[in-house]
Amino acid sequence: MSLFNARSAWTIYKQELMRAFRTAMQSILAPVLTTTLYFVVFGAAIGSQMSGGVGGVNYGAFIVPGLLLLTILGESTSNASFGIYMPRFTGAIYELLSAPVGVAETLVGFVGAAATKSLILAAIILATASLFVDYSIAHPLYAFCYVLLVSASFSLFGFILGIWADSFEKLTIVPLLILTPLTFLGGTFYSIDMLPEPWRSIAMANPVVYLVNGLRWTFYGKSDVPIALSLGLTVLFLAICVGFISWVFRTGWRLRT
Amino acid sequence: MQPILEIRGLTKTYKGGFTALKGVDLSINKGEIFALLGPNGAGKTTLIGAVCGLVRPTSGTIHVFGEDMGRHWRRLRAKVGLVPQELATDMFEPVLRSVNHSRGLFGLPPKPELIEETLRALSLWEKRDDQIRTLSGGMKRRVLIAKALAHEPELLFLDEPTAGVDVELRRDMWKQIAVLRERGTTVILTTHYIEEAEEMADRVGIIRKGEILMVDEKAAMMERLGRTEALITLAAPLTEVPEAVSAYPVSLIEDGKVLCYRGGGGEGSSAGTAEVAELTKALTRAGIDYTSIDIHESSLEDIFVNLLEGPDAPAQGEAA
Repeated sequence: MSLFNARSAWTIYKQELMRAFRTAMQSILAPVLTTTLYFVVFGAAIGSQMSGGVGGVNYGAFIVPGLLLLTILGESTSNASFGIYMPRFTGAIYELLSAPVGVAETLVGFVGAAATKSLILAAIILATASLFVDYSIAHPLYAFCYVLLVSASFSLFGFILGIWADSFEKLTIVPLLILTPLTFLGGTFYSIDMLPEPWRSIAMANPVVYLVNGLRWTFYGKSDVPIALSLGLTVLFLAICVGFISWVFRTGWRLRT
Repeated sequence: MQPILEIRGLTKTYKGGFTALKGVDLSINKGEIFALLGPNGAGKTTLIGAVCGLVRPTSGTIHVFGEDMGRHWRRLRAKVGLVPQELATDMFEPVLRSVNHSRGLFGLPPKPELIEETLRALSLWEKRDDQIRTLSGGMKRRVLIAKALAHEPELLFLDEPTAGVDVELRRDMWKQIAVLRERGTTVILTTHYIEEAEEMADRVGIIRKGEILMVDEKAAMMERLGRTEALITLAAPLTEVPEAVSAYPVSLIEDGKVLCYRGGGGEGSSAGTAEVAELTKALTRAGIDYTSIDIHESSLEDIFVNLLEGPDAPAQGEAA
């Protein structure tokens, strides 16, 4: 028997996507509505008062990559974490654990589905943004690849979270108390260059700064940090997550008693 | 005969220090129905979990179809099915999609005719488009059985398959299990219902506190450990066992009104009933009159209770 069963992976992937569409109001409409509100409040209301924009980019357009990332980080993390936590919570995980399914099929299924949902959301949000602001994407292919990379990385992170959590509180605490503040402070709504010292230096310790600026570079060709650094750190994060999940499957940590 | 499942020295100690399995040895033959009996906390579910990949054994080996489960888990798990004790599945899924999902999870292509046959056999076909959450408890359990059968396992574990199921459904399930056996599927079931083991099993294993106390063919176990009990109601109470019958395993109960015989070889053995016949003749010869005789053989339940509650639970019986 081969080391990767594509049909098993496809089965998990399909199931997870169906679960998302079953809860479309929560999975798709809610984040789109939230992001739309950001565009209205920050892009249209506040942005209209900033005549010079940021770094030569209209403020409404400037925040598009940041808002996109805000949604991708939150949704990738929560979708993947719920995807694996719910069967653990209900006991239905027995079926996965007793099947001839390894770490590769599981990741392609759960993480692939979560990343796909994020990509669908990203497309909807970009379409919604075009209704409010006039923006352009300088490097569309890079932008797509970068969004894919970040979606996959944070879906992996969410998967780890879903395995680690032993309560619904723990499941939501990381996105709410860690991820969201880091994203807001990570240059979603402003350029790091606008901060005075020492806040600027402190902000550089926030990993989300590199993610936001990486995506912003694909949109406008400029960012606060080098794109290579953003890309390198994202790939490193992805590799760490994959390594950790491989360890989880090898040892059965939190999965097998 | 090559065992389909061979467990040797299986031990499981949980993090808190509780040892659920203490060096379990067990062999299961191809095509048989094996019932694992034991009280709550005996280690039944842990044993099943260790074979199916839900529990990491502390030590010991598990061979399925002659191959090491730890090394060849991917190939071997494809041949093993599990119906868990809990009703654990995505309750919002329709029945048919859930069963198809189970087959796909095992990496198999769709086989609509098999799924339809399975659902029809379990009286679920009419409910195939219903969400699982809308079904009764018994029907939900059937869905779990259908899911476990979707990949056509050769070895099927049923962990308390009829818990919480009404009598009619329980008998239907027994029929289904009998059909599985006819098809050559090996079935290992855990149960609290002795009647279930008596009805279906070829062999019975009794487990207590993580140790297999005994494994034997059901009939052999009942013959070896079973007893005949006869209650002879006397016409007049006695104060002590008469000399004429003192050689028999008898005692007086209910203030001397009843002479109780416990002996013989149990079901399948005529020794007990023959001895009761001799006893009654001896009573008649001694002029001791009696008004009724109530005689019965030990059930599997009696044996089970005696094994679990007796002060000297036997060491493991034959090498399973």
